[in-house]
Amino acid sequence: MSNKSGSILLDLKNKFNTLHWVVASLFIATFYVTFCNLVFAEGSIFHVSSYTVTLFGKYLCYAMLALAVDLVWGYCGILSLGHGAFFALGGYAMGMYLMRQIGDRGVYGNPELPDFMVFLNWDALPWYWAGSDSVAWMVVMVFVAPAILAFVFGMLAFRSRVSGVYLSIMTQAVTYALMLAFFRNEMGFGGNNGLTDFKEIVGFSLQSESTKLGLFIVTAIALAFAFFVCHFIVNSKMGRVVTAIRDAENRVRFVGYKPENYKVWIFVVSAMIAGVAGALYVPQVGIINPGEFSPLNSIEMVIWVAMGGRGSLYGAIIGAIVVSYAKTRFTAIMPEAWLYGLGGLFVLVTLLLPKGIAGMLPQLKSKFDEKFGKTNNVKTSTPVESK
Amino acid sequence: MMRFFCILLLSLSVFSSQADVSTSPKANMHETTETPSVVNDALIIQASKKLAASSLRKMPAQVKQFAEIEHPKVRYVLTQLMNGDLYYVKATKQIVTREKDTDGSYKIWHGISKAALPNVKRSALKKVKTNNAIRKSIRGLLAQLDLTSPDKGVRLAAMQELLSKPSDETVTLVKKLSLKEQDEDVLSLMNSVIYVQQLSSADAALQLEAAKALQNSLEPSVKNALEKTLAATDIKNIELRKALETAISKIEQKRSIFSIIENLFFGLSLGSVLLLAAIGLAITFGVMGVINMAHGEMIMLGAYTTYVIQQVFPQWIEYSLFMAIPAAFLVSGFVGILIERGVIRHLKGRPLETLLATFGISLILQQLVRSVFSPLNRQVAAPEWMSGSWQINPIFSLTYNRLYIIVFALMVFVALLLILKKSSLGLHVRAVAQNRDMARSLSIKSDWVDAATFGLGSGIAGIAGVVLSQLTNVGPNLGQAYIIDSFLVVVFGGVGNLWGTLVAAMTLGTVNKFLEPVTGSVLASIIVLVGLVLFIQKRPKGLFPQKGRAAD
Repeated sequence: MSNKSGSILLDLKNKFNTLHWVVASLFIATFYVTFCNLVFAEGSIFHVSSYTVTLFGKYLCYAMLALAVDLVWGYCGILSLGHGAFFALGGYAMGMYLMRQIGDRGVYGNPELPDFMVFLNWDALPWYWAGSDSVAWMVVMVFVAPAILAFVFGMLAFRSRVSGVYLSIMTQAVTYALMLAFFRNEMGFGGNNGLTDFKEIVGFSLQSESTKLGLFIVTAIALAFAFFVCHFIVNSKMGRVVTAIRDAENRVRFVGYKPENYKVWIFVVSAMIAGVAGALYVPQVGIINPGEFSPLNSIEMVIWVAMGGRGSLYGAIIGAIVVSYAKTRFTAIMPEAWLYGLGGLFVLVTLLLPKGIAGMLPQLKSKFDEKFGKTNNVKTSTPVESK
Repeated sequence: MMRFFCILLLSLSVFSSQADVSTSPKANMHETTETPSVVNDALIIQASKKLAASSLRKMPAQVKQFAEIEHPKVRYVLTQLMNGDLYYVKATKQIVTREKDTDGSYKIWHGISKAALPNVKRSALKKVKTNNAIRKSIRGLLAQLDLTSPDKGVRLAAMQELLSKPSDETVTLVKKLSLKEQDEDVLSLMNSVIYVQQLSSADAALQLEAAKALQNSLEPSVKNALEKTLAATDIKNIELRKALETAISKIEQKRSIFSIIENLFFGLSLGSVLLLAAIGLAITFGVMGVINMAHGEMIMLGAYTTYVIQQVFPQWIEYSLFMAIPAAFLVSGFVGILIERGVIRHLKGRPLETLLATFGISLILQQLVRSVFSPLNRQVAAPEWMSGSWQINPIFSLTYNRLYIIVFALMVFVALLLILKKSSLGLHVRAVAQNRDMARSLSIKSDWVDAATFGLGSGIAGIAGVVLSQLTNVGPNLGQAYIIDSFLVVVFGGVGNLWGTLVAAMTLGTVNKFLEPVTGSVLASIIVLVGLVLFIQKRPKGLFPQKGRAAD
């Protein structure tokens, strides 16, 4: 979807900058899906079902998450294997709100407590659930919860100059610890089953098709906004320092900057973007459970970025969507083959495609230019697309 | 390298044979002692006929008489009688056990020799009469029988039974028996029984003596008895109370010491598992600087190798581990070399990419195992000599499998240390790790050394898999559970330092086990994880950092 539009628009690169055409293609894709969902009746070949809308919504959440990973990995050289934790924290913040919206429609009909707490014989909400029934608080928590984790972790890790592979393993360890913690019933987040059976969000039923479409549109807007933020950060002066840290941290330090402050800052921003992605993801899939913390998930995010091309924001989006789409397809056709595919992707991308799809496109373009000369420049889009 | 493994195997086999010796007498005891004497055969048959014919009123006396016969089958007959399974043939007064046959008649067996007799009709049989009082007295008689059993284990168990509820009658018996008793363990238990009984005597001086004598006993029921006596003792009887209290506190002190030792043992055994899992990584990651996320899958492959070997040679379960250890080393080592040659070699100097690529390999290997062996867990049988435990005292025992694992882990550690420090391969490995270019210019084939090192590290992971297969079920996710732990152990201990890995693994294992009773296992591992993360903040290079100067 978006990758196609991306490559079509490649040759317009001179006139538009990346920000323009990513937002534009997102807009076109969203408009197309919405239009086809609303206007064409079911059964028409142009009809896009609500299921597909939700699926695309999921992909857009993943794309946003990939942006977050790319921001720290591609631009700051921090390979985080724990972005799943930020995603899940945002998701849990949203899940708690949705849980409270169920009210007395739960199985036990308790107006105050979610079902699982009634089941565990708790008689009051734990303190950290306070305020979870208000939208404003939920929105705050979606940003704040991942930000706090990222800040604390970042302060500890970057201050003591833990970097490279050590950092990656530590992020993974923290995520793993969180997963174990959230699996416990005593944590008060639904344990193994997580939070589910949501009924409505800000008054709209989650079962209705229009809500699903609405969530999809909101996600697209959020993605466009996240892209805008990332684009802005990367091209700002601060972003340049961050990129410099990626390339030679000690030199940056010797010049007089404090790399750890920049690192913490970009880590927190990235965590917040991941948290928002998680928050938008939960109402669309209808469940959040500790499985989201699993190290495998966090690592899958990294492969999206590696596939799409680290250090290029639109590449992250393309990678997330392409890999997720492939996953949906593969797991439907041959569920067993997917892990082979994913594993193979890891190996092949790192070995053969270190710059990802985004790195491949300009290469192909320049090869094409060489072959046909600059005069044919206008027609370049077709062969690129066929690749 | 092979030589070390021969030594390893040899020493292991010595261990196993010792274990065989120590466990076998127990198993055989019951069979060998049942050699009936001819004289008592006649006696028991006569008595059994009396038993069958007796009225309910005379029954207790008959049962008692029967129990006094010295015959190995007495216990069997009385048990049957107690359970209400004993019948007799009306015509012959022959005692039998019965079971309904398909045609409605009854299969019967001789009540003493258990020989099968021809089927009879239901009406030909009658139940030997019992009631609750008789059953109770049989129970007591059986306990007495056990006390005189030639099997030490049976005697100990019977004595322990008595300890919780001694009666005057049994204590007199025990006193009598204690004069003849040869075995020290049984004797000390007998004394405990006698003193426990003495605790409830009316004479304060006797009580005092008992309380003082009992302070070395670790039996749980002794402590109960002491506490009960303390509660019942008059407040004014200060001397006795004091004696009781010191006895109880001494016992508690000992118990807490033993529970600490037990935790330490569990911790060390967990630590050895971690050590085995991490030590291969200490080589590939620590010495070579290669991040191998597929390390866990090397462990898994080792575990599956054990499974396959047991499937191929089901008749040699006892020796399967000795075959599995070299086999797992070869399988995992070979796969490791393939990975190194195929992928890691091309990613030299790009650690993050190596991490991703090897993660991909781990996914592929997991799925491969799922496709070949099914996603379900597989049970790997434990050889006889691995099961059972070494009972040191009533509240403290060490299980053999954990004991062997600790020893084995240490042997692997020493072997590896020797390989790295003494062999020429080790010399080359260290040379390449320190300065690749210099090593190359001294005509060390660094490519070959890389492959061999990686193979060695992976092979040891395979051996860890063999050990793990004895502790948990073997499944495709086996390795994943250990990969993070292994990395933490290596990082905690200090990269490139085998001793650090040893200390780190043992520390983590022990800390985990000491936390577990307080916090529960999940919270314990979380605390350990978080603690480690904090530790790495403080000392990013681990416990024992390598000295040197470097900056990028």
